Amino acid sequence: MSTATRSLPRTIGAHAILLTYTAIALFPVILVIMNSFKSRAGIFGAPLTPPTPKTFDLIGYTTVIGQGDFIHYFQNSLVVTVASLFFVLLFGAMAAFALSEYRFRGNSLMGLYLALGIMIPIRLGTVAILQLMVASGLVNTLTALILVYTAQGLPLAVFILSEFMKQVSDDLKNAGRIDGLSEYTIFFRLVLPLVRPSMATVAVFTMIPIWNDLWFPLILAPSEETKTVTLGAQLFLGQFVTNWNAILAALSLAIMPVLILYVIFSRQLIRGITSGAVK
Amino acid sequence: MAADIRPKRPFRWHIAIFLAPAVLVYTAIMILPLAGTLQLSLFRNIEQHQVFVGLDNFRTLFGDPNWSVNFWNALRNNVWFFIIHMLVQNPIGVMLAALLSSPRLRFAAFYRTAIFVPTILSFVIVGFAWKLILSPLWGVAPHMMDLVGLKSLFTPWLGKEEYALTALSLISVWQFVGIPMMLIYAALLSIPDEVIEAAECDGITGLSQFWKIKLPLILPSIGIISILTFVGNFNAFDLIYTAQGALAGPNYSTDILGTFLYRAFFGFQLQVGDPNMGAAIATMMFLIILGGVCVYLFLVQTRLRRYQF
Repeated sequence: MSTATRSLPRTIGAHAILLTYTAIALFPVILVIMNSFKSRAGIFGAPLTPPTPKTFDLIGYTTVIGQGDFIHYFQNSLVVTVASLFFVLLFGAMAAFALSEYRFRGNSLMGLYLALGIMIPIRLGTVAILQLMVASGLVNTLTALILVYTAQGLPLAVFILSEFMKQVSDDLKNAGRIDGLSEYTIFFRLVLPLVRPSMATVAVFTMIPIWNDLWFPLILAPSEETKTVTLGAQLFLGQFVTNWNAILAALSLAIMPVLILYVIFSRQLIRGITSGAVK
Repeated sequence: MAADIRPKRPFRWHIAIFLAPAVLVYTAIMILPLAGTLQLSLFRNIEQHQVFVGLDNFRTLFGDPNWSVNFWNALRNNVWFFIIHMLVQNPIGVMLAALLSSPRLRFAAFYRTAIFVPTILSFVIVGFAWKLILSPLWGVAPHMMDLVGLKSLFTPWLGKEEYALTALSLISVWQFVGIPMMLIYAALLSIPDEVIEAAECDGITGLSQFWKIKLPLILPSIGIISILTFVGNFNAFDLIYTAQGALAGPNYSTDILGTFLYRAFFGFQLQVGDPNMGAAIATMMFLIILGGVCVYLFLVQTRLRRYQF
């Protein structure tokens, strides 16, 4: 058991480094959430201590909920994210199925064409996208954002999903064909349920950048009715620079839903990344 | 022709139907606007008409000191932004992944989850939270440096021209270190046990095992991470905009191509927005990113050997 004794200092060293880095990663998040529950005196007097009964105060949260229309922004973000996600997954899976299942002329060319968007960011086309949206009257609508995010998410979705669809057994699909199922039924009834885990991976990858994006809401939909929560938070933070309670509360309100979702889905996300889909 | 000999197959409509929605949305919202932007950079708005001016916008961008000073400044800053990511983010990511993948490590799942948390947060949160922490008003950063006796080193980093860009790059590193960590971690996990066991039989363990066995095997993943970092950095905007505003202060010292594009396109304060110049800058960004991707595809990827297990 000489290896075990030799590796003990190394194990301790590994834990020390990882713990240090974990602390660095979590410190700002914890600091913000902790201080959002304090009074102004508590925030400045002892920023590093958790709220005590003396410093506990919800004034920040009442200001935020009273001032900003955060519930509404939240709904906008939710609508945009869920709708874009639905279209990315549906259209992406359909295209991935066509590319991985059928041999046709131009198959690999089409795959390459769709993969272009993985490397070239859609942001570079912003000038023309704005013109397009102005021309079609979609500026300041959530539809504009949904369209853009659908286009943004599709390349990676098609790429990852077609890798997974290649693994679905041919015998199963051919059995379906012999039983007289149409190609559409094979796709929706046989293949889609089998690739559900990889769909979840794609969903997480697609969702995070959409929820967090600032660029397109700022440019395509900055109006009060269509603000997303990221843009709303940005503007709110700009207005309340000196109201630290409100700022910390707003930051915490923006962090918490994402954090809760992440804790629920982190296993799925990490399994997706490590399963080799993105190699 | 082959078609004369083979019986002609009926056109398979279902393939077209499966492909159509994705291809249509992707083409209409992504490819055509991208092409349109490139095209727009060759035009100029003269008396309410778009007039073809050839490469004049680029001549302005590089020749007119009003533009060229800002452009080169933004490009230089962007290169520095990228260098910091390559030198800090990726080595830290590789190190964390190597530690995480060591066998029988306890709490590995906890570390993995925790270190990835900043990556899922939006730039707005990250930018503002760090702005507050580094603010001399709140005093968290000086207070913490005081604990280790380094208080004299504290300055308001985000407010000083010489430090602001580096500070922001490090904030961005803090946010995104989870991505190289995860990808390298995945690559390390996929190294088969036999290879590691063979190395151990030859007496190669610990650090030398990492340098001699594992690192060469994960080089393709490091290549992918580098190109992802490159594309992400030369396309960055949100963090600078949130933390320093569209003017990328102090005195444009944190201006990168994304914020420069935003100002050129929309205008800011006295400057009037100019879609054509915006398109010209976007074209330059496109060429830079395309150049990076080509270097990666043709020089790096072909030379890295992929090991199939």
